[in-house]
Amino acid sequence: MLYVVIVFLCLSLLLYVLLGGADFGAGIVEIVTPSKMRERIRATTYETIGPIWEANHMWLIIAIVILFVGFPAVYTLLSIHLHIPLVLMLVGIIGRGTAFVFRHYDAVKDDMQKVYNLIFTYSSFVTPLFLGLIFGAAVSGNIDPEATDFYTAFIQPWFNFFSFSVGLFTVAICGFLAAVFLIGEATAAEVKRFLVKKSRLFSLMTIVAGGLVFIAAEYEGINLIQMIIHEPITLGILILATLAMVALWFQQVNGNTVISRLLSGFVVSAILLAFGYHYFPDIIITKSGENLSVFNSAAVGKPIDSLAWALLIGSVFILPSLYYLLYSFQKDKVVR
Amino acid sequence: MAEINLLISMDDLFAARSQMALSLGFHIIFACIGMVMPFFMATSHYKYLRTKDPLYKDLTKAWSKGVAIFFVTGAVSGTMLSFELGLLWPKFMLHAGPIFGMPFSLEGTAFFIEAIALGFFLYGWGRFHPWFHWFTGVVVGISGLASGILVVAANGWMNSPSGFDYVNGEYLNIDPIAALFNDAWFTQALHMSLAAFVATGFAVAGIHAFLLLKGKNKEFHRKAFLIAAIFGAVAAVLQPISGDISAKDIAVRQPAKLAAMESHFKTSKSAPLIIGGIPDEDAQEVNYAIEIPGALSFLAHGDFDAEVIGLDQFPKENHPPVLVTHIAFQIMVGMGMLLVGLSLLFFYSMWKKRTWQEARWFLWLFVVATPLGFIAIEAGWTVTEVGRQPWIIYEILKTKDAVTPIPGIKYSFYLFTAIYVSLAAIVSFLLYRQIKAVPRMLDPSNESIETKTFRES
Repeated sequence: MLYVVIVFLCLSLLLYVLLGGADFGAGIVEIVTPSKMRERIRATTYETIGPIWEANHMWLIIAIVILFVGFPAVYTLLSIHLHIPLVLMLVGIIGRGTAFVFRHYDAVKDDMQKVYNLIFTYSSFVTPLFLGLIFGAAVSGNIDPEATDFYTAFIQPWFNFFSFSVGLFTVAICGFLAAVFLIGEATAAEVKRFLVKKSRLFSLMTIVAGGLVFIAAEYEGINLIQMIIHEPITLGILILATLAMVALWFQQVNGNTVISRLLSGFVVSAILLAFGYHYFPDIIITKSGENLSVFNSAAVGKPIDSLAWALLIGSVFILPSLYYLLYSFQKDKVVR
Repeated sequence: MAEINLLISMDDLFAARSQMALSLGFHIIFACIGMVMPFFMATSHYKYLRTKDPLYKDLTKAWSKGVAIFFVTGAVSGTMLSFELGLLWPKFMLHAGPIFGMPFSLEGTAFFIEAIALGFFLYGWGRFHPWFHWFTGVVVGISGLASGILVVAANGWMNSPSGFDYVNGEYLNIDPIAALFNDAWFTQALHMSLAAFVATGFAVAGIHAFLLLKGKNKEFHRKAFLIAAIFGAVAAVLQPISGDISAKDIAVRQPAKLAAMESHFKTSKSAPLIIGGIPDEDAQEVNYAIEIPGALSFLAHGDFDAEVIGLDQFPKENHPPVLVTHIAFQIMVGMGMLLVGLSLLFFYSMWKKRTWQEARWFLWLFVVATPLGFIAIEAGWTVTEVGRQPWIIYEILKTKDAVTPIPGIKYSFYLFTAIYVSLAAIVSFLLYRQIKAVPRMLDPSNESIETKTFRES
């Protein structure tokens, strides 16, 4: 049953990065949109994610619940040593969710809209930055359970070049996902052209930020390049992801929406898969090398078994209704 | 880590407790509205589908806009709580996570379903079969209520830990199902669910009573008032029964909490019920209180002569703060009783005096009662949580041993306070604007603002 839980943990993280990431990306795209185009991008975003954004963010809650029920040592260690970035990420989550809904449900459209927009775009950037930073910090080897002073216990684990570069990489990925996704949602050719341009910008940023992650790893003394070169599977998946990204560069304004979306989803899944495979089964790399893995930190026995059953039963309810939600609103768009 | 532990001052523990109290106190309001309003909407929606009266459709839509605002605030504050449990109480979660995780993992599903159903409901007007659309609204309510019950069951476990053996500081033989069905889950979940209906019912009825007094769109507000008041009043008269079940349960399970609620310092037979007053913990007495002889024994054990355990049976360091618990309990019961009275008046008006529902004094009573249910809920949670102190897991783990080792929690507390205060301000502001927009929405010549801004593309 432990494997069922591990699969759900990986799946919910992947879906959060894909769906939640595309959500954040919509706000990031808004940042790089010139003011005359912004209202139309906002309208497209609203039409697209209005009915589903809540559901997209549920994956994070599922992942967190799996962590604290199934792998309490991991949840606890992250909560203690990454307290500060977690709080900052939470501030982003609150700002983003509320501003998105408030700006739509404010009965009067006045200057308050500027406030909501500012909070929405800013927190769309901050949240994935810290989410990525937390991922980076967990595997950077800077978490030290034996630390005795404030700096090594609570700052150093995340305040480093590597963690920040993973954060920036996550931001770029989110922007990339959203730009590609929104092309198919926009109705006006002008908006479509604009989004194609932005999707290229974000692919470029993803590649640059990806390079930065490797440079930062070298700088911090994490032999990421060395390790990956010797893992043909990780290397292969990363090469495939890069190729898919290159292919997307050539997508056209009136290209096939389904193919480009699948490709962008593939790029991001492949990147996560490559790194997931590389680090498996470890979740937290500690300074001392006594890493926390999905095996040594699992609450084996009844807690894991009942968690697995709860997840299996839950997915029987969630997956079909979620599919029907997405399908209904997509179909509706085609009809209109 | 040991060295860091020594650096924790009481300030950090107090800041952590304050932040948790603030976060829960904030979340509970939005959670209640999020789980009860869908039932009001479904009722109004049902009336619309049956009678085709467009006012019911407008009412459903007007309420659903409010619900969207409250739901998102509840959802983000709930997300924060799932992190705050670890950020503030890592040592509690390290042990408790696997044991009381069952309700949380089920709650994840319920909440997910709720979010999906809400997507269908809010965006589904004219897109689906009307009864399917109605059904999605009902699903929002049922899954919301289920989430609430599950989270309360998790809290019940902290009051009545079960599903494991505690041997030499280790948590062995964990059984998450037994932990889910702990001894406190039913009484607490029943009391909380009813409270959510009481508080939301009277809050919504109060707002519509106020708008009725202003005299515009009377038919619209009268329909709204009746739906909310009926739900609220039925729940309010049932609540004392649930309260009695809870009191008898606590008397056996957590006698220290009952003693603190009642400022019952010395174990005695035929114990008096102490109403009001200010307990003096040093002198072990209560000043300025009304005492009803034997009534506490009767309420706790159903017998005027029964012995009620007092705080003297517990070592001083295990006493909950008596003053806060006692006063919070008085407030909760007081508010509850006022609402029971108002409910009886409301039932009488339904039965005999429909004209009262037009009368200014009657509507003013409801306006005044708008916040009472929520005050009672906040006070009730204060009783539950402060009354359990110094324990975070009753008689297993103390709160001070569970707090995070990171210093400077007070800054995080300030940050969260600022966030919650601004959120509360913005939500009130948005609600005010929504309510002001109702007359325009009801005016057929006026296309709604939403349509204008968002359908342009």
